[in-house]
Amino acid sequence: MTIQIRNTIRFLLNHRLVELSDVSAVQTLLDFLRIDRNLRGTKEGCAEGDCGACTVLVGRLLGGQLKYESVNACIRFVGSLDGCHVVTVDSLATPGGPLHPVQQAMVETHASQCGFCTPGFVMSLYGLWMENAKPSITEIEKALQGNLCRCTGYAAIIRAAEAISTIGDLGKDPLIAERDRIAGELASLQDGRRVVIGEGSGLFMLPASVDDFADVLEANPKATIVAGSTDVGLWVTKFMRDIAPVVHLTHLEELRRITVDERGVTLGAGVSYAEAYPVITEHFPQLRELWDRIGGQQVRNMGTVGGNIANGSPIGDTPPALIALGASVALRKGARRRTVALEDFFIAYGKQDREPGEFVEAVHIPFLDADTRFAVYKITKRLDEDITAVCGAFRLAFDGAGNVTDAVIAFGGMAGTPKRADHVEAALKGKAWSEATVEQAICTFDEDFTPLTDWRASAEYRQLVAKNLLRRFYLETQATGNIRLDRTIAVAV
Amino acid sequence: MNVMQPIDRIRGGVHENERHESGHKHVSGTAEYIDDIPEPAGTLHGYLGLSQRAHADILSIDFDAVSASEGVIGILTADDIPGENDISPAHKHDDPVFAAGKVEFHGQPMFAVIATSREAARRAAVKVKVEYRDLPHVTDVLEAAAANYPLVIDPLKLERGDIEAGFAKAKNIVEGEMRIGGQDHFYLEGQISFAIPGEDDEVLVYSSTQHPSETQHMVATVLGVPSNAVTVNVRRMGGGFGGKETQANIFAAVAALAAKKYRCAVKVRPDRDDDMSATGKRHDFHVDYKVGFDDEGRIEAVDAVFAARCGFSADLSGPVTDRALFHADNCYFYPNVRLRSKPLKTNTVSNTAFRGFGGPQGMVGGERMIEDVAYAVGKDPLEIRKLNFYGGEGRNLTPYHQTVEDNIIGRIIEELETSADYAARRKAVIAFNRENHIIKRGIALTPVKFGISFTKTEYNQAGALVHVYADGSIHLNHGGTEMGQGLYTKIAQVVADEFQVDLDRIKVTATTTAKVPNTSATAASSGADLNGMAAANGAQQIKARLVRFAAERWNVNEADVAFEPNTVRVGTERLPFGEFIKLAYGARIQLSAAGFYKTPKIHWNRSEGRGRPFFYYAYGASCSEVSVDTLTGEYQIDRTDILHDVGRSLNPALDLGQVEGAFVQGMGWLTTEELWWDAKGRLRTHAPSTYKIPLASDRPRVFNVRLAEWSVNREETIRRSKAVGEPPFMLGISVLEALSMAAASVAEYRIAPRIDAPATPERMLMAIERLRAAARQGAVA
Repeated sequence: MTIQIRNTIRFLLNHRLVELSDVSAVQTLLDFLRIDRNLRGTKEGCAEGDCGACTVLVGRLLGGQLKYESVNACIRFVGSLDGCHVVTVDSLATPGGPLHPVQQAMVETHASQCGFCTPGFVMSLYGLWMENAKPSITEIEKALQGNLCRCTGYAAIIRAAEAISTIGDLGKDPLIAERDRIAGELASLQDGRRVVIGEGSGLFMLPASVDDFADVLEANPKATIVAGSTDVGLWVTKFMRDIAPVVHLTHLEELRRITVDERGVTLGAGVSYAEAYPVITEHFPQLRELWDRIGGQQVRNMGTVGGNIANGSPIGDTPPALIALGASVALRKGARRRTVALEDFFIAYGKQDREPGEFVEAVHIPFLDADTRFAVYKITKRLDEDITAVCGAFRLAFDGAGNVTDAVIAFGGMAGTPKRADHVEAALKGKAWSEATVEQAICTFDEDFTPLTDWRASAEYRQLVAKNLLRRFYLETQATGNIRLDRTIAVAV
Repeated sequence: MNVMQPIDRIRGGVHENERHESGHKHVSGTAEYIDDIPEPAGTLHGYLGLSQRAHADILSIDFDAVSASEGVIGILTADDIPGENDISPAHKHDDPVFAAGKVEFHGQPMFAVIATSREAARRAAVKVKVEYRDLPHVTDVLEAAAANYPLVIDPLKLERGDIEAGFAKAKNIVEGEMRIGGQDHFYLEGQISFAIPGEDDEVLVYSSTQHPSETQHMVATVLGVPSNAVTVNVRRMGGGFGGKETQANIFAAVAALAAKKYRCAVKVRPDRDDDMSATGKRHDFHVDYKVGFDDEGRIEAVDAVFAARCGFSADLSGPVTDRALFHADNCYFYPNVRLRSKPLKTNTVSNTAFRGFGGPQGMVGGERMIEDVAYAVGKDPLEIRKLNFYGGEGRNLTPYHQTVEDNIIGRIIEELETSADYAARRKAVIAFNRENHIIKRGIALTPVKFGISFTKTEYNQAGALVHVYADGSIHLNHGGTEMGQGLYTKIAQVVADEFQVDLDRIKVTATTTAKVPNTSATAASSGADLNGMAAANGAQQIKARLVRFAAERWNVNEADVAFEPNTVRVGTERLPFGEFIKLAYGARIQLSAAGFYKTPKIHWNRSEGRGRPFFYYAYGASCSEVSVDTLTGEYQIDRTDILHDVGRSLNPALDLGQVEGAFVQGMGWLTTEELWWDAKGRLRTHAPSTYKIPLASDRPRVFNVRLAEWSVNREETIRRSKAVGEPPFMLGISVLEALSMAAASVAEYRIAPRIDAPATPERMLMAIERLRAAARQGAVA
């Protein structure tokens, strides 16, 4: 089958169609907006997807449905936007016209001080409002995990978020009112072609299908695969690495498939954290807290579980939990497919079991058996939007007499890769599930791990916390008293 | 005479909850920051090349790969500086623009690449090949002291009473030490300057600076031209917090240097990581203290040394460490006291101003002593606080011999104790801790007293320029800069109030050295105090002329001319303001004035450690309750109540925002914001991914913030208001103290927990382990 090729990318930018043929593989959306298009409402605060000053909305189709999500323009490549609708703060109000309800709410509650982070907050709150017109304070805080403000202390911004629906009518919002028309326009941009732009060190491609992706990757085995660019984006903005040729997964709806069968959940490698959230939290409620604390909302909208696994971070947001759950990775090279247990995928620091030209196609997470307890705990310096110091995941199976029949324990942040605690597991298996057993098992942690000291935590703290997480897990199985911080304490502003 | 009552009030006068003058622009992205200014064609971009060593001789620099890099126009080094290669604000000649021959910290600028795009300049800068010869380096305060590193500036000593006699009399003496971490400003808009060359020696610099006059002076010094050749403009900053008081200067100097050399507009903006590596922060401190007290907990004597990590140069470390000493007493009378500063040189970036300017570190040290006394005598720290408050016969003299005359801390504490239900909640916390073994709670109520005025007396002056145009619209400029605090709004409210016209008749435009000269930094919380008075003075000059004009023209007494809401009353006649102004213009009345103000009463003799450095004090208090997970050290702030004194607020809504924001920033400083240097002297927490400022979800779960509405400044400040920028930052101390109490609970509150700041989850867990071990040992003994 011959694949047809297009040498331009096309997307909607606010109210206009943009078609580009001369665009670099490493061109970020933020620089494109600010420098090429002189749209300077969107700000650069950090250029690493952590502060949210550059937040814009990107609308994209999935199964014909158009959804707008907040993203960090600073680490989003323009090349990935083919077929999308980019909405920036500049378009929310016309000059001299009335402010958008989100903007009006921010003004009325004195929610801006220096104003530099403000456009990003406006866009994050706009994204939230479109999904949830009457959010709770917890939901507002979650939507704002990826937005830093150094002036206000946030109280006024929360008040603004609560006030939006008293100021505006969601039904009259242009993106809501015109959703069908815009979706139609975006659909008309989909022509099933492979997009190829540039050459040599500027080359990037958007395969038309997964089969096409396999072909492209076989032909370009050294290509950088970009899914959400929440990590690769920084290779460019921080390390100034040349990453071409680049392959974007933008058009691979097949990779955004979520399958639930009697064995478990299978996430296509292109499924974002946000897309996976409903299914994950339904079938693995123990993952909710972890999932809520991966990056900020923008990162969860962009980042994918497949990318998280494929890049092989020693910390990893999801791998310790997925290893403990017995997840496996479906890999593909050309037409050849194989499946690897997730824990075997991570070979050493920076090294994964992935050949050149091979890619992660899906992640399979088996359901938990009955008589199994599972928990995952993420320890960070700051509660939200912080990279893990230590992450511990525990899956223990028990027999009717309360003996441990199986134990799978995986940690992130304790070694060069996400790693099983073999000795601790061995010390638990076959024993009565008791404090004494736990304390005995804890003595074996030092045989499993020799963590490092860095800016996130000292080796001593990591080791101690890792042990205490097993204690926490034990206490939670005993289900008594206050053993976790109570996040439900009434929030008042 | 028939005096009619004014019809109504003006919109946007003083004491009103007026919105930030740029609010509608902030939310729509149309508020222009320097990087948003449209660039003239041919604009070039500069990027700094930074040292990759903490301390080394530079043996050679090979720029071949840099020059060959795409888009590079040129490279600037120390050799290209026509004036002085120095931007030391302390005039110590220790702060080069470009390091020459030697680098003294990892991240020190050595050169700048000028290229056709920022991207090209940035990519080129890292291609440099530098041959270094490493020298021993020191990054830590105590290591610097041990290595006999020099002081960057003369230390200060404050002494009063008889320290020896005080300790001799004291029944109890506690000695201790504490480390207090620094803090990055993390202004959301990074450092940036944009220079446009002019005729002859002239240059126009747009700089994100809190101190346009100093930026002007530094640019002139570097270029070797008089100050009249340099104009510095700043409309607004995307946050400053002290980080742009002196730290903006290098970017302005480099942009101006390149603009003059290449005869092009030049913009210089570092990446966030380079910004955080190459610019100064809040000083880390080590406090060594000894406190003597009676069995009740009443302090007899205090002796403390405040050593600071100043970095490689003096910068503002002198006045910062001075201010630490000025606030080591907080609200407490020390009968006999000796406080000494130790501004130590280190091979780190030169630390600088940051909201509170050393005051917070001094106050944390003072509060640590109170806490130690409380644990020693086994009482609630709040009792010890009250016992030692200034007040009463012979108990009002500070360690610097200024008498506290405006003390309202008693009333603040009393009201907050009641509104926060402190006593009952403390009991409940203790009861909770008795029942729970994993989660522990703590509660603390801490006071703040903060001295207002620059301690460098000459900075306590300000200017303003007020124009009334013939159509009755008013144009206002003053020497203060807008960094989000709402200064432009407040000053406009003052002028609106003076003329009795609606606020929208007044336009405040960018601060520029061309309109108001010789300004002081917008710092020390002084912006509204100084510039408000100067603007009012300008308006009053014009009003005086207008009154004379009206009295003559309508033949009435001057006393019968009054500015009433949007009208001028002359005798019994009322004229709309605009119409009146048109007549005044027709009569050739000068409708423009330069206002001026200097703070009265203050004086300071540093060598004697004696004087009245502060015009007045601002007060406040906060009560925080926390929960701590003793398995991991993780915690959350369950509730904070604040009562803060801003005198008669010029704008309660903006002041409330300052208080809320300052508290959260102070809380961040003492909890999750940790600066971490590695063995090579590299700062490794140089981006938001590694340096963690508070998020929305970190703010207290219950957050009740009130202004002390009854407070009126007893000094004649602008409309009897008080400064608000810095004082509420120190309200964050209640969080540290509450965390401390939660930790102390694991040892039955018998041992002072002595947790260093920031109290990260790691520090909390390690303290809890230490306290548990000590309690076990104590139990065995």
